[in-house]
Order: sequence, then structure tokens, then C-alpha cells
Amino acid sequence: MQKFIRHLCVSAISLVMAAGVARAEDEIRIGVIYPLTGAAASTGVELKAAAELAAAVVNKEIPAPPGLVAGVGLPNLKGAKIKLVFGDHQGNPQVGATEAERLITQEHVVALLGCYFSNVTATASQVAERYGVPFLNGSSSSTPLSQRGFKWFFRTSPHDDLFVANFFEFFKDMEKTKGAKLKTLALFNENTLWGGETTKLETRLAEEQGYTVAEKILYPAKTTQMTSEVQRLKAASPEVVMQSSYLGDAILAMKTYKELGFTPAMLMANDAGFSDSEFLKTLGKDGDFILSREVWSLDLAEKNPLIRQVNDMMKERNKINFTGNSSREFTAIAVIADALNRAGSTAPEALRKALSETDIPGSATIMPWKGIKFDQTGQNTLGSGIIVQVQNGQYVTVWPFDVATKDVVYPMPAWDRR
Amino acid sequence: MVHLSTELLLQTLLSGILIGLIYALVAVGLTLIFGVMDVVNFAHGEFVMLGMYGAFWGMALFTLDPLVTLPLTALLLFGFGVLIYQVVIRRILTAPMLSQIFATFGMMILLRGLAQFLWKPDNRLVSHSLVDGKIAFSGLQFGGPQLMAGGGAIVVTLAVWLFLNRTRLGTALEATAIDREAATLMGINTQSMFALAWGIGAACAGIAGVLLSTFFPIFPEVGANFVLIAFVVVVLGGFGSVAGAFWAGIIVGEVEVLGGFLIGPTYKTALVLTLFLLVLLFKPKGLMGKA
Repeated sequence: MQKFIRHLCVSAISLVMAAGVARAEDEIRIGVIYPLTGAAASTGVELKAAAELAAAVVNKEIPAPPGLVAGVGLPNLKGAKIKLVFGDHQGNPQVGATEAERLITQEHVVALLGCYFSNVTATASQVAERYGVPFLNGSSSSTPLSQRGFKWFFRTSPHDDLFVANFFEFFKDMEKTKGAKLKTLALFNENTLWGGETTKLETRLAEEQGYTVAEKILYPAKTTQMTSEVQRLKAASPEVVMQSSYLGDAILAMKTYKELGFTPAMLMANDAGFSDSEFLKTLGKDGDFILSREVWSLDLAEKNPLIRQVNDMMKERNKINFTGNSSREFTAIAVIADALNRAGSTAPEALRKALSETDIPGSATIMPWKGIKFDQTGQNTLGSGIIVQVQNGQYVTVWPFDVATKDVVYPMPAWDRR
Repeated sequence: MVHLSTELLLQTLLSGILIGLIYALVAVGLTLIFGVMDVVNFAHGEFVMLGMYGAFWGMALFTLDPLVTLPLTALLLFGFGVLIYQVVIRRILTAPMLSQIFATFGMMILLRGLAQFLWKPDNRLVSHSLVDGKIAFSGLQFGGPQLMAGGGAIVVTLAVWLFLNRTRLGTALEATAIDREAATLMGINTQSMFALAWGIGAACAGIAGVLLSTFFPIFPEVGANFVLIAFVVVVLGGFGSVAGAFWAGIIVGEVEVLGGFLIGPTYKTALVLTLFLLVLLFKPKGLMGKA
């Protein structure tokens, strides 16, 4: 028994030493903070898989499809390898800040990535700002994150305001190319912070771009009936209903539309409940023809072979497909590797400068973006969302037209003509 | 602004009645339990939730329509109500009010938690029921599920009312509600009367859940959406009055749906709660209250 324990100690010591050796110059440590346990753990695990896949591509452990920015590796750092050190924020902003501090002070990471949850990104990036370590955010969409005047904060993902602005670009494109008439809008949003802010922004954009808001309804998401709301919509008879709903109320709204026979020419949903995997499972073909914004969709692979190839790699390694979240985290790792390579150094200021000079064309990523280029606030200005439509029980990309895989079905067919 | 057509108004009015009937059915169980033993059942919404899941599992596991499994679900809920009474409520009948509140409140949290644990927090729906489709006449249209739910609610509420007012057992229950001790002296077994009230109360809520399941998403917290309104209905109808709950359900449905339509859906919950406050201030006994 004693001998066994002695063995155990020796192997433990040698393991620690080995780890010490592996920490040499040729390994660049990057901190990544995700919700790996807690309510969002399933998402966190997917994000981790995507980040690890990206790191493996950068480290040339798996051959990358030509043209992918991550596939360049780190030639300017003499082929050094990146090592991801993961932190778990459990969905808690305080834990996120503590993890950021631990990764910076104890793990000596050269940059931080994460955190998926906007409220955790807010606290963790504060810590990075204090220590002067670059923080690259891949998938938090809360707009104010990039309006805090931070020097070390960068965000590749488009934010909520840009997504809402996309709606109006889409309307304009529809009017130009399909001769659609989309002049009167009804804003139909749930009444918490998200719906309230969306309503304000939509109202402002509608005004600026010459659309009429015929009806504006803020409704409680926890409700027993939506008859009064839908009757108001019917009375206003708008061409477009712009709706922000969680899952339960999205389903109830669709049921009520059907019951009362209400179909606008276009139902433009703001992600969330309408793109939850349960939405179509629950509604079946009654979910057809709704439009929703999305950050990403698997059918983009039809037009962009890079997406298909990278998704195949993910499927082989982890038996899962990419999602809008994991694709953005994959891209974030690619962006930090690109900046490290151009900086040719891991010094914080050199890395920050390289990040701010990032200029990656959209075609070198797996995102439906024009590219990645940060403005003064650290926000990527070339990102955009896509618009998907449910056709035959599937979400298909219908906008931007150059990445679309299917034509928009417009106007939405009435319930009794389906 | 809203262009009011008669058609739109009439449709809203009738839709309000339909949902009001469901509110009435949920409230009937609540008011009955309170009327008989002065216990406020905070877990009442969870009985609705259980009824919805009963309908859902009947469909998912045995592809039996909610309407087919309705009698069984009602029976199961009846048994569950009796069980809850025997295991929990019987022990706290003479306890301070606060203990009673905590007991039923705790049951609410327990049932929600169990549903979340056993059946996941996903939203579910019974998608193809016998009553799918809709009926349209002269510009008005009604979903089959909603009509069925309204009709079912009328039938069940009427049945409970007839039971209480036209049968010996029902009269005994009423007697227990009016004076517990006098009823005991008359040879009524009050314990079984209490258990019966819980059984009927739970069954009514369960039936409401089954009727809702064909057009309302099913999830563990769904009871919360209905129980607040049920309390308003009970107060308006008068504690303990089944007939009162019936009419009050329709009034609350109208205030919410028609009021929400005319004044603005943003205010629909506020309208209902304003009604609640007004009743408490000016007619605390409710429309047909006894106590």
C-alpha cells in the first residue's frame, strides 16, 4: 500500500513537472470562459467543442480546408501552438469575473475569450480591462457592451441594434427586388427590457426610414390569452408584424393567429422563441412561412463550401452540427490566432494593436458576414445577421440575397389557403 | 388607431366568453375548497398543469385523444386531490393560517419542480386533436379546440352546481361548508366531505387543463398563468360560490379580452387587477358570496 502511495506521489510530481515543461515559450495560453455547468451547460459544452476544434485547426493538428483564416496557423511565432485554458462561469457574472482574474493572474493567459452570456461578458471584460489583457467576445449581443469606452474589448458578433437594423435593410431589399409593399408595420413585442428596447429602436428606425407604425403592442409574456392582442393587430391590418416573443407566447400567438384567421403579408420575428428548436417541433406545419432573424444557419453550407467542410470536421469529432453560437465562438478563436500571428508576439499591447488592425474577409470565415474589422469601440462593423424563413418545416436562409439558399415566400399565404 | 367594426367587436366579445368559461372552471375548484374548509390552495394552478400533462402523455404514449382520456385524467386528478388532502391538508386544518399558506405554497413549488424534473422544462402541445379545425359563420370564426373547451367548461361547472344543489351528498358538502360542527352533529362525516371537496376541486382544475391542452402550450410553470386570474374570479364571484365563480369567470374574461382590445392589450392584466381591487373595496363579499 505504502509503495502504491509512493508511486502515486512520484507520478503526480512528474505530471506537474511535465506540465511545467509544456508551459515553455512555444505554447501560447488563451483563457476561454463559458457556462460549462449550470442551466446553459449544454450550450457551453458545444461552445467548448467549437473552440477546441478551432484551436486544433490553428495548431495544424487537423488539416484545414484551403482559404480558412484559422488554417494559417502561427508562422510568425515560429509555429508556436495555442493552448486553451477554460474557465466556467456557471451563468453567474460574479463567478465570471473571478474566473477572468484567475486565468489572468494564475494561468498567465495572453488574452481572454467568452463569455456567451452578455451579463457575464460585462463583468469578465471589466477585469481584463483592469489588467490590460485583450478581451475578445464572440457571441454576446447586448449592444451597450461595446459602448463602454473600453480599450481592451473587441466583439466580432453583431449586436442587437444591428440585428434590428437588418430588418429594415431586408424590407428595403424586398421592396426593391420583389416589388413588395411593406409600408405599414405593427410592433408586437413582449413587455420586459428586451421587448421594450426593441420597440424603441424599431419605432426610431421606422420613423427614420419612412415606415408607418400602425400599431404598437407590448404584451405580458406570461398570459392566458392573446385574443385582445391579435384582434388589435387585425384592426390595424399592417403589412408587416414585427414580433419579439419567448417560446410559450410565440406558440400561443401562432395558435391565436390561426384561430382568428389573421395573416399579415409578412411576420418578421426577432429570433428567440421563433427559432427555438421546440418551436417547429410543437407547431409542425403551422409554423411555416414565418420569417426570423438568425445569426447563422446550417443551410448556408450550400453556398459556402468552407462551412460544409468545417461542419463535417465538427460532426466527425463531436457528433454535433454547428449552431449560431458555436460558429461564432469558432470564429473568435480564428480571429485571436490571426491577431497573434500578425503581432508576432504575445505582448499585450502588440496583440491589442494587431486586433484593432484586423481585416479578415467574410469568405475566409464560416460566418455570413462581409468580414471582420473593428471600429474605435472594438465592435466588428462588417457583421450582420441573416433572415431565415420556415419552409416545409425547415429554417432556410432567404436574406442577404447573395447567401440565400431559397427564395422568400411572399406574401405569407392565408391559413385557409395552405 | 383601431378601426372598430361590429364583426371585430362581436368576435372579441365571444372569444372573451370562451376563455372566461375556462377561468370559471379553474376557479370553481378553488372556490369549492375554500368554501368548505377555509383553506386557500396555492397549488391549484398545478392541478391545471397536471391535467394538461395528463392529456399530453395520453396522446404521446398511447395516441389517445385528450377528449378520450378526459374521464381518466379527471378520475386521476380526483384521486390526487383526495391524496393531497389525506397526506397534507388534514394535518393542518386547525393550524394557523400562515402554516396553511406555507403548506399549499410549498406544494405548488414541489409539484412544479417535480414536473420540471420528470418531464423537462420544454414546451409541449397536443397538436392533432379530434376538435381541430374551425367553425366560421358570417365573418366570425372560432377554433374547434376553443369551442370545445368553452362547452366542456359549461357542462362541468353545471354538473358541479347540480351536484351541490340537487343531491344528498352535495347538500351534505354544502352543510359542512356552512357549519362544520352542526354538520358533524347531524351525522355527516366532515373528514370525507373535506376529502371530497379536494377531489372535486382538483378534478375541475384537471379537466380545465385537459380542455386547454389542445390550444395552449404545456410547460411546468403553466399553472402560474391561470392561478392569479382564478383568485380574481373567486373574489369577484364570492368565496365558496360555484354559481358566482361561473358568472365572475365570464366577467373577468370580458374585462381582460374586450377591455384589453378596447383600451390596449398592454393594460389587460392591470384591468383585471383593478377589478380585483374594486371588488375588495366596494363589495368584499363578491357577487354571490355567502360569508
